[in-house]
Amino acid sequence: METIAAQVVFYGVGLLTLGSALYVVLGKNLVHSAFALVAAFFGVAVFYVFLGADFLAGAQVLIYVGGILTLLLFGVMLTNRIYDLNIRTGAVQVFPGAVAAGLLFAVLVWIIRAVDWGALDTGDPGPTSEAIGRLLVGDYLLPFEIASVLLLIALMGAAMLVRRRSGP
Amino acid sequence: MIPLEHYLILSAALFSVGVFGVLTRRNAVNVLMSIELIFNSANINLVAFSRFIEGALGGQVFALLVIVVAACEAAVALAIVMSLYRITKQVNLDRAAELKG
Repeated sequence: METIAAQVVFYGVGLLTLGSALYVVLGKNLVHSAFALVAAFFGVAVFYVFLGADFLAGAQVLIYVGGILTLLLFGVMLTNRIYDLNIRTGAVQVFPGAVAAGLLFAVLVWIIRAVDWGALDTGDPGPTSEAIGRLLVGDYLLPFEIASVLLLIALMGAAMLVRRRSGP
Repeated sequence: MIPLEHYLILSAALFSVGVFGVLTRRNAVNVLMSIELIFNSANINLVAFSRFIEGALGGQVFALLVIVVAACEAAVALAIVMSLYRITKQVNLDRAAELKG
């Protein structure tokens, strides 16, 4: 009984996520697209919960919804006239794009179904925060440090790119 | 219990939607949103594989690093879009054909 409820939630959230993602790429209003992206990010967070990745689900909500999406909304607002409520955006080559994306999806599904993944049910892993923390300062210390330096460099570079140049 | 294949197919669908967005939209911010969708689909794959392989929490660590890189990418890309907007007063990628600022 519990598994049926879980399946209903999973496929419902899956449809919701895909619908939001489609609205992001098909919607005519850029602000509406940004808010549809919120729903898509929350859907992905739900999948993380289903996969037992509690820490990642939290990070997804905090970083994507709280950080990246706010940044994107700033991008929308600053690159369009703010008083213009109907921020329109165009699309080109919709049909070839749809064919290419559809073919890509078909090939991916074919590969996924053809390969025997040898997946085994490892059961609910329980809280993962402690294990991830130990891995980050243990086995994955170098990628962790590189990521922090990359973040610093990227933010400094972004600040430098958008600063107003003095003089002519 | 949802099988691994369903996660993979869902992530493939999300990936295809993102690719469709990158191919068809011409607004730079909208293309960025599509790229974020692609990042998310890759992350679902990483986490799903880490769940279905015994004792492989590395996938989750890797997904965390992908989120960090996505944040960097969004910051730098939006800075570039801002510069583009300041110079050309529009963010249409088809009309942004020169690299010199």
